[in-house]
Amino acid sequence: MQARRGRRVPSLRALPFLFIVAALLGLLPLLHSHGLQHMLTSEPPYRDPAVLSAIEPGDVTAAPPDVSQEIRPLTNHSSPGHSKPRKAFPVLGIDYTHVRIPFEISLWILLACLMKLGFHVIPSVSNIVPESCLLIVVGLLVGGLIKGVGESPPILKSDIFFLFLLPPIILDAGYFLPLRQFTENLGTILIFAVVGTLWNAFFLGGLMYAVCQISGTGLNHIGLLANLLFGSIISAVDPVAVLAVFEEIHINELLHILVFGESLLNDAVTVVLYHLFEEYANFDQVTVTDIVLGFLSFFVVSLGGVFVGVVYGVIAAFTSRFTSHIRVIEPLFVFLYSYMAYLSAELFHLSGIMALIASGVVMRPYVEANISHKSHTTIKYFLKMWSSVSETLIFIFLGVSTVAGQHYWNWTFVISTLIFCLIARVLGVLGLTWFINKFRIVKLTPKDQFIIAYGGLRGAIAFSLGYLLDYEHFGMRDMFLTAIITVIFFTVFVQGMTIRPLVDLLAVKKKQETKRSINEEIHTQFLDHLLTGIEDICGHYGHHHWKDKLNRFNKKYMKKCLIAGERSKEPQLIAFYHKMEMKQAIELVESGGLGKIPSAISTVSMQNINPKALPVERILPALSKDKEEEIRKILRNNLQKTRQRLRSYNRHTLVADPYEEAWNQMLLRRQKARQLEQKMNNFLTVPSHKLDSPTMSRARIGSDPLAYEPKSDSENLPIITIDPASPQSPESVDLVNEELKGMSRLPPSPEEEEEEGLVMHVKESSSPGTDDVFTPGAGDSPSNQRMMRCLSDPGPRPDPEEGEPFIPKGQ
Amino acid sequence: MGSSNSMPEEIQELADKTGFTLEQIEHLHRRFKQISGDQPTIRKESFDRIPDLEFNPIRSKIVRAFFDKRNLRQASVGLTDEINFEDFLTIMSYFRPIEMNMDEEQLDHFRKEKLKFLFHMYDSDNDGKITLHEYRKVVEELLSGNPHLEKESARSIADGAMMEAASICVGQMEPDQVYEGITFEDFLKMWQGIDIDTKMHVRFLNMEPIAHCH
Repeated sequence: MQARRGRRVPSLRALPFLFIVAALLGLLPLLHSHGLQHMLTSEPPYRDPAVLSAIEPGDVTAAPPDVSQEIRPLTNHSSPGHSKPRKAFPVLGIDYTHVRIPFEISLWILLACLMKLGFHVIPSVSNIVPESCLLIVVGLLVGGLIKGVGESPPILKSDIFFLFLLPPIILDAGYFLPLRQFTENLGTILIFAVVGTLWNAFFLGGLMYAVCQISGTGLNHIGLLANLLFGSIISAVDPVAVLAVFEEIHINELLHILVFGESLLNDAVTVVLYHLFEEYANFDQVTVTDIVLGFLSFFVVSLGGVFVGVVYGVIAAFTSRFTSHIRVIEPLFVFLYSYMAYLSAELFHLSGIMALIASGVVMRPYVEANISHKSHTTIKYFLKMWSSVSETLIFIFLGVSTVAGQHYWNWTFVISTLIFCLIARVLGVLGLTWFINKFRIVKLTPKDQFIIAYGGLRGAIAFSLGYLLDYEHFGMRDMFLTAIITVIFFTVFVQGMTIRPLVDLLAVKKKQETKRSINEEIHTQFLDHLLTGIEDICGHYGHHHWKDKLNRFNKKYMKKCLIAGERSKEPQLIAFYHKMEMKQAIELVESGGLGKIPSAISTVSMQNINPKALPVERILPALSKDKEEEIRKILRNNLQKTRQRLRSYNRHTLVADPYEEAWNQMLLRRQKARQLEQKMNNFLTVPSHKLDSPTMSRARIGSDPLAYEPKSDSENLPIITIDPASPQSPESVDLVNEELKGMSRLPPSPEEEEEEGLVMHVKESSSPGTDDVFTPGAGDSPSNQRMMRCLSDPGPRPDPEEGEPFIPKGQ
Repeated sequence: MGSSNSMPEEIQELADKTGFTLEQIEHLHRRFKQISGDQPTIRKESFDRIPDLEFNPIRSKIVRAFFDKRNLRQASVGLTDEINFEDFLTIMSYFRPIEMNMDEEQLDHFRKEKLKFLFHMYDSDNDGKITLHEYRKVVEELLSGNPHLEKESARSIADGAMMEAASICVGQMEPDQVYEGITFEDFLKMWQGIDIDTKMHVRFLNMEPIAHCH
């Protein structure tokens, strides 16, 4: 399996790059018309005017020098091909300008990816220093290198940042937002995001103004509005930085969602304040009307953003209802609609981040129910891939831009900014939690408050906003940028590096690495209903009451409209159960043997918990119907896959998705399974002799790398044996089954018709009570780990198409 | 006792017993009278007056919990027919949020109390164990909002959950070993992942009397 996976790596790697590059390239003209002109761009490193005119004036990144070095040998090679006077047909020509932009973009992305890769190769470094810090250092080095060679390094341009780099990260965050925790703490998050950010902005702005007035160190020309603008830029907690650091420290969910939620939702405040002060700074006088309008615009920006997001989210959900025939483009709808939501919001200067989050949150449950399992995996992988590449690029460019940008270092300004930033954050958090704790049932402890205050990292959004400032109106832009970069570096390096030891030192509750068990799901749902009931009884229309109302509305109308087919009626518990079963089955296939089912379920059989059950039930595995079906599906799927590769490739269609089939035919199959059970029982009454010793079955399936190894120490147990050594018939599952039937070495019996490639053997007639279903999972801890991995990645791992393991950000 | 809110000592006594504030008791008393229709006691039928409760899939379990003597701390078994205001408050007190000034021991006790209440809701036959049968019933009820659903799937979920519970609580089992049901200790174990003290609570303040409730 490993070898096969390894072989496929290059093509897999190339695909995403091409994709991003294509996307970036395709959007370049748009960027062009968007007013890159008025932005300060770093000088293109090419001094040749002819070359310069050939390329687009607003190029995305200036070339790092190694590019030109790399192509130099090529030039030499090609020169013999040219004969100067007579213009012969150029056998080998060079036209770098033709490919320059995509070439450079891919080069940067490649650099980012290689860096990320490199950090994981040396684990000792990344244990101490967060990845974001390392990336910034790399950026600094690269920038220094470029500068040392005499070129001018590129600067993280605001448009690139806001239009291309930021959206993937936010969509990833929004799509996989832990909704339950988020809504449960929404009040607190909103207060931190809105009031906290406002407080930070005004406190900082005001104090900085005071500093500018008194110190008399040449800062007198900076007015109050400019200072407030600066305050509003620097005061917002940055989602990218927070994510990068918090994912590594594995803090408990409450703190994570509080800080992260704040960083997401404060976008609206930042956008409004930014535009407000930028506008006002040009006015001579600010009237009360202006302030009122500014206040109004906050609501418009935030609610408008959410509205745009919800609209696109609903459209996306509705679209996904009809994609069942063209599965390949399913993931694209999710990306496109969310991106459209972001752009549409930005179009009106609404909060794009809010729009993106809203659309992700709204579309997810419906889209997930509609699309195929593979599409879901694709979405997951693409989002994670995009966001981690974006994040890496952002940090690298932050470093490069630091070297590249012009700086104006003013000790008073920078140091007081840093100090006031920290003071404002601490005071804000303390004050607000004091207020919030009056209403919260789960109070925020002093430790929590400390982490919230300490986790207020600043990042690239502040830098980009600062970069956006107009030089004409804000002559002190360079000084602002220097101060912003200092604050960013301080928070990312000092706070980011010390937060992990501090978390350990303070013994802040960490995230519990729990897999969600079916019991917990039942209990949670039970508790939800109970609390709703109690709220109704005591007449308090609280959280649970409204949630219940919303759920009912969702079930009654939304799901019907937005989800196709049977699954719209599927209650949450069933859906959860199916998902879990699926994971276990996949897990099972992954672990390479039925003997080692990682799930806890495997160690106990129906017999153990229900001795009163009929003998019919006794014999068959626990969880029989569903589990069997799932396993069977997965196994068959795997068989099929070996075959699929032989199939002629068609760009527009995917082979019928066996998972889909599994979902849809669940009910039908269950029926079948029951029949099987009956027949099986008949069959089992006749003791069959040992047909398949484990070694034999292993030999038989040895040809397939995904072979199953029934555990040998389970002599008395019914063993599910799979026989993948089936001929290369690409046609259909049924055909496979037919053939499997032929291969099966059981005495021919009618029940095989139902078995679909899964053959059950019972070695001896079992004495009552000695039949366990599956053997106890011996290697529990490694399989648990695998389970965790599987939870974060429900994709069908052994699928060669998707088999490339995803490396999560926080490793 | 139901109409006793005119006597401050008695309210104070109730407050001490149940941990509610006077204000909360007043609120709850108003609500109690609404449900009981100004009677001193509540009977099972009284809960029909709460329209919102009708849609609750575990309605019968909730109502039953109010009359469970184990929850009322009266006896270890059986149901009463009617409860008075004090009993009502006792039940409600299971849903009080934790307080800041509780020490570890109190917290633990508080947590256990809440879980006991839940456990009693699952364990309908008082034998101290949630048997497979009872568990199946619970899951069936949870899914009862969906009429299209087969009983079969509810059963298989319950079976799966039970097996999971057995393997969590007992670990490896011999084939002839029998796991009779989830005991309270096992129940505690299973709830470890869910922060019960941060979840199982209802806000009792700011309650407005509901107009459409007779």
